[in-house]
Amino acid sequence: MEDNLIIKTHDLTKRFPMGKSEFTALKGIDLSLDKGEFAGLIGPSGSGKTTLLNIVGSLDKPTEGEVIVLDQSIGNLTAKGAAKLRKEKIGFIFQSYNLLAVHTVYENVEFPLLLLKIPANERRKMVMDALEWVGLLDKIKSKPPQLSGGECQRVAIARAMVKKPSLVVADEPTANLDAANSHNILQTMAKLNEDLKTTFLFATHDEKVIGYLKRKIYLKDGKVDKDETV
Amino acid sequence: MKLAIKLAFKNLIGAGLRTWLNVIVLSFSFVIIIAARGILVGWDRQAKNDMTDWEIGGGQYWNVNYDPYDAFTLTDAHGTVPAEFQAEIEAGEMVPVLITQGTLFNEGRMQSVFIKGINPDQTLLELPTHKLDTLVEAIPAIIGSNMARTNKLELGDYVTIRWRDKNGTFDAADICITDIFTTNVPTVDVAQVWLPLEKLQTMMLMPGEATILTFGDQNIERADVENWKLMTFKALVSDMEEMIKTKSVGQSIFYGILLILALLAIFDTQVLSIFRRQKEIGTYVALGYTQREVVGLFTVEGAMHAILAAVVGAIYGIPLLVWLANKGISLGVSSSDFGFAIADTMYPVYSGALIIGTTILVLLATTIVSYWPSRKIAKMNPTEALRGKLQ
Repeated sequence: MEDNLIIKTHDLTKRFPMGKSEFTALKGIDLSLDKGEFAGLIGPSGSGKTTLLNIVGSLDKPTEGEVIVLDQSIGNLTAKGAAKLRKEKIGFIFQSYNLLAVHTVYENVEFPLLLLKIPANERRKMVMDALEWVGLLDKIKSKPPQLSGGECQRVAIARAMVKKPSLVVADEPTANLDAANSHNILQTMAKLNEDLKTTFLFATHDEKVIGYLKRKIYLKDGKVDKDETV
Repeated sequence: MKLAIKLAFKNLIGAGLRTWLNVIVLSFSFVIIIAARGILVGWDRQAKNDMTDWEIGGGQYWNVNYDPYDAFTLTDAHGTVPAEFQAEIEAGEMVPVLITQGTLFNEGRMQSVFIKGINPDQTLLELPTHKLDTLVEAIPAIIGSNMARTNKLELGDYVTIRWRDKNGTFDAADICITDIFTTNVPTVDVAQVWLPLEKLQTMMLMPGEATILTFGDQNIERADVENWKLMTFKALVSDMEEMIKTKSVGQSIFYGILLILALLAIFDTQVLSIFRRQKEIGTYVALGYTQREVVGLFTVEGAMHAILAAVVGAIYGIPLLVWLANKGISLGVSSSDFGFAIADTMYPVYSGALIIGTTILVLLATTIVSYWPSRKIAKMNPTEALRGKLQ
């Protein structure tokens, strides 16, 4: 794989059992993403964007075809191998934040580093850096229930970015946010993409997000309908 | 593992009331199991001490014909005290007792009794036999408080006893109650009349004879002697140990039920957690946990209930158990109801082995019931879990 290539899919097909029949969510997707891209999978509900995002994030496997993410063939990865890939190289941002409610902001952001067994001093610096990126240094002792939706999503971004992953996948990251918070979040992510050269892949149908994307991959009925680079 | 423990602790504390309810119920199990076992250990120890002090000493020699469960054997269960024991008897290290059946007549009633002859000078057993050395107009006798109560006898009462001598001839005489003693050992009290040994030997026409010989030191190596069977301390307390074992089984069922209830609460919490916390499980997986590690985390969380329960149990249990050990537990029953040594007040004894054993038992049981539902996580689809869809 070329040095800059982060994601490459070839003839990616994903089928789900539906009763006695099957539903095909992805139909032969061919796609490649380079390092530092700020791209989005755009399409209506049921177009297959979340399914593609899950496979790229090694949370799911293709039924057919090949998916190479960061030099790893997703289809051939063991559960342990997939967990290692997620732990070391992929950051996730979810629509509903998925923060650990009983942990403080600091602990939520620290969590991926604990899994990586990073020494305490280094860990602290990395967490503080990540919280500075998202402007939450004053909230380190707060718990998610005490934060607004925008703040929660910023914590989720800090958690995804703290280990400086090669790839961040974000599934409808602004779906639960108002316009002001959405722009704030998107500006933060765009800046991190600029500064750290982290590759971002979104799944979205939110016009606000689409406006920030440098590459727009339109999906329709499980196929790439259009692929535009801005 | 360290991370799992840290996370599990955080999650448990974060779960608030649900955790504390489980922990409190489980801590009851800890305290009740230890308290109940402590009572049995205390009972066992107390009963053995009482039996040693009042009846069996360090062991006994029985005449080969003697069977304590068959009164008819008493006719033949006597023999001359072997010469090799004379030195021990003179040194006060061995006490001969002659036993026969008799009848006590008091206030127009007949009561079958065991008449036992014992040396008034003995100090090996707690029996106040020196009171048999009292000068009265009849045969001096001592009886236990149970015997006195059931036969309405009081200190200084005169009462008639009847017996059959060696030749089968009936005879009768008056005895005078010179002492009424209180003991926890019913086998020296209920239906027992103690007379001076030499007097009973004379009455029975059995000079120098005895039925049993009680010795003090159980550590001396001993062997059977012709016509005399050695009954070790262990053999003599075996019936009582069996009885305590039976009681222990009954108690085990009781605290087993309590433990099951506590474990059921934890099982229920775990099952609910797995459904309620699907998103969290999905998040752990997305962040790099394997499903097996998530199962481990949930199992540790469940097992940690037992650790917290041990801590909570210790907070209120230690003062409670110490107080019980000092104040004792009044059972509200008489030793005569049980047929073997039992004190009116029981003083529990808590050993290190009992506390550690109980802690390990509860910890293991809790871990198993926590692991069981957690296995379901391994079958979860992480993408569905992330969306919090019921699976």
